[in-house]
Amino acid sequence: MLLALSVLALVALALTLPLLWRSASSLPQAWRERSPRRTGSVDPLGDPGRERRAEQRARELLRSCVNEEEWAMYRDLGFIRVAGGLSRRTGDAEGEGPAYAYLVYAHKPIVAYVPSNGRLLSEYCVEFPDVTGQSERSRLPASDDVLAKWMALTSDESRVIGRANMHLVGRQLDPARVRRDLWRLGEWERRRSRETPAA
Amino acid sequence: MKPGHGEVLIAEGDRRVSEEEERLVEEFRRQLDEGMWAAVPTLDGRSGRRRAELVQRYSDIPAAADRVIFFPRAAGG
Repeated sequence: MLLALSVLALVALALTLPLLWRSASSLPQAWRERSPRRTGSVDPLGDPGRERRAEQRARELLRSCVNEEEWAMYRDLGFIRVAGGLSRRTGDAEGEGPAYAYLVYAHKPIVAYVPSNGRLLSEYCVEFPDVTGQSERSRLPASDDVLAKWMALTSDESRVIGRANMHLVGRQLDPARVRRDLWRLGEWERRRSRETPAA
Repeated sequence: MKPGHGEVLIAEGDRRVSEEEERLVEEFRRQLDEGMWAAVPTLDGRSGRRRAELVQRYSDIPAAADRVIFFPRAAGG
């Protein structure tokens, strides 16, 4: 009986040895694929420190381009308001403000609205993809995305709006959230005007 | 601006020095050929309003501009 069991165990071992060998030989390959850092082939774009530094540089660049109020708005609220310029029905020079304006968010659609009554008009989905094909990641740092939208809107509004995909507000952005942002903006401006009455 | 990297200094030089300007012109063209947009941040002296100006030719760059920012073309998202 013992002899029969021993023979059976030997046969089973002989049968499983090739399987074990195959699994063992494929382990280093799987290990290499799962652990790029151990082989030294670290994806430089996956470095969170690099992304953080890129965002810090982007914030400085944005700050150097927009005016003080826009920078403070972005710093405090996370978006920038840009006056719409395609309609000349009203003019800033008369103190009436623009007929419409945009809220510029990072990596979210641009929202057009009517400042006088807060009515939401539409959202414009626009992005700035890598055109050179050199970068695996297609997204700009958040502040660069805001700056790109700001530059595009203030320089050639009709071109960027013409390239964007237009939808009613609500396709990507929650209208309630946008209305809350408009309320926050109003409160922010009131507080700011109290603090700097001359501005 | 480069996706995944952020701001990258491409070239710098003095436009009044012909050798350096040639290099700036060459880089300007290369960026536009790659499909980038070029913008110059400007400040309206009267209103104090800041905005950007898209430039499509090197000669369009205002003489007072201290930098040109290249960024990917806008596309529908």
